Amino acid sequence: MDELSKEKKMDEHESSERIADVFADFHCYFNKEQDLKEEIRSTVRDLEQTAREIHAVLQQVHQRDGSKNVADICKCTEPYFETARKQFQELSSKVPENQYYRFHDHWKYALQKLSFLSALITYLKTEKLVSREETATMLGVKLKQGEGFHMDLDDYLIGLLQMASELSRLAVNSVTAGDFNRPMKIAKFVAELDTGFRLLNLKNDALRKRFDGLKYDLKKVEEVVYDLSIRGLKPKEGI
Amino acid sequence: MDGRKKKITRDEEIDESNYIIQQFQKYQKELDSRHDKHERLVKLSRDITIESKRVIFFMQRSSSKNLEMLEQALKKIQDIQQQKFLPMAKELQGEEPHQFLRAYTAGLQEYIEAVAFYHYLRSKTLVSLNEVQVDLTFAVPSSDTENSQEKTICVYVPPSEYMLGLADLTGELMRFAINSVGSGDMDTPNEVCAYLHKMLGGFQSLGQVSREMNRKISTLRQSLQKVEAACYTLQIRGSEIPKHMLQDVFKSVQETSYLEERDLDD
Repeated sequence: MDELSKEKKMDEHESSERIADVFADFHCYFNKEQDLKEEIRSTVRDLEQTAREIHAVLQQVHQRDGSKNVADICKCTEPYFETARKQFQELSSKVPENQYYRFHDHWKYALQKLSFLSALITYLKTEKLVSREETATMLGVKLKQGEGFHMDLDDYLIGLLQMASELSRLAVNSVTAGDFNRPMKIAKFVAELDTGFRLLNLKNDALRKRFDGLKYDLKKVEEVVYDLSIRGLKPKEGI
Repeated sequence: MDGRKKKITRDEEIDESNYIIQQFQKYQKELDSRHDKHERLVKLSRDITIESKRVIFFMQRSSSKNLEMLEQALKKIQDIQQQKFLPMAKELQGEEPHQFLRAYTAGLQEYIEAVAFYHYLRSKTLVSLNEVQVDLTFAVPSSDTENSQEKTICVYVPPSEYMLGLADLTGELMRFAINSVGSGDMDTPNEVCAYLHKMLGGFQSLGQVSREMNRKISTLRQSLQKVEAACYTLQIRGSEIPKHMLQDVFKSVQETSYLEERDLDD
């Protein structure tokens, strides 16, 4: 009771100082955050540039003779991934510990794109699905949240979905280039991917929206397979 | 048709052993557990919003700000801390605070509003971020069986959320000022008016923070205008009109303000 009445007597002056303090503290915090964001943004810009360069190199597989030189094209991208790893290193040094998700929005698109590129390259090389571990290694990021700058599961999965779109395009272009074998493999692969994604219980978020596009990619490659089949162009099983 | 049928049977054969399927089964588990946690946090956050609103209404209703009412309000706030924020802190233990912030930001802001309003009624001052954070930090027995020491877990309050909560407070203060005239308190509107001036000055000095903040600041400006208008009326007509009639004058002001705020919320 006594204490309360004492508190009530807190005079006008004290009260306005208190308010001024609160705002000054926040102002300080806010300025620091702005600076940090600016630094992160500049690193992410470099990362996005690297991603675009890799993508440009990989575009060659869609060209007429690209289909045959897949291995060479993939090799060309290796130095770029080296750059990307360095840039991720730089980025992770700028993000304070345990604040990954505070700034996640800044780099998630770059991360999705690079995850897509690593998945595409792995498929072109080995015709297998890139694992999360492999992607993390290729990009030089950590696998698990507790270990440092990591790759969010959603971003990895969105990267896989982007790859499915790219592969459906590749199926069409392979036919144009006279390679009738590749579309068959792609069709099987995309169908497996679709089965995999169907196992997930997705919420109504960005990943779900991206997943909804997968059925069109699947449809596209199935149409290509159909076109080849009815014309008798389908390579025999076992080749 | 034939090809399609073949594919389905192939899928069934390789189902469990297929590499892709195995991978996705792992992802399924991870996504599910994260979504579940998110849902639980949203639920807690909604409860906190409702309870905080009730506390605010309770404080508004008790026209005379007596000690008994404040003690009851404090009790209710502590109940929210123990019953809702403690489980929330447990959920967030070991997680990165910002990852799930979106799930509980609404509840947190409403709670800050209630606490700040309580502090204003009690001592006419602004609750600091540190005070809010201390209230939401709990000591729990450590899960390790070896050392029986207590460890602390908390619901982290980001400064930006704290500021947004404070911006909400100004709407309550406006209502409080208008209400108090009804009970014959002629000083409160002036006090609140001065207080809101300081708050608005503070918010304006920050500049561009976020869209959400800008929206709240413009609401704050409107609230302040209403209080200013009330003070003006009191000054001009306070001596002319009997108190019970003044109450009617302000009632109409208050009703329009409620309507406007509802529009803004949508």
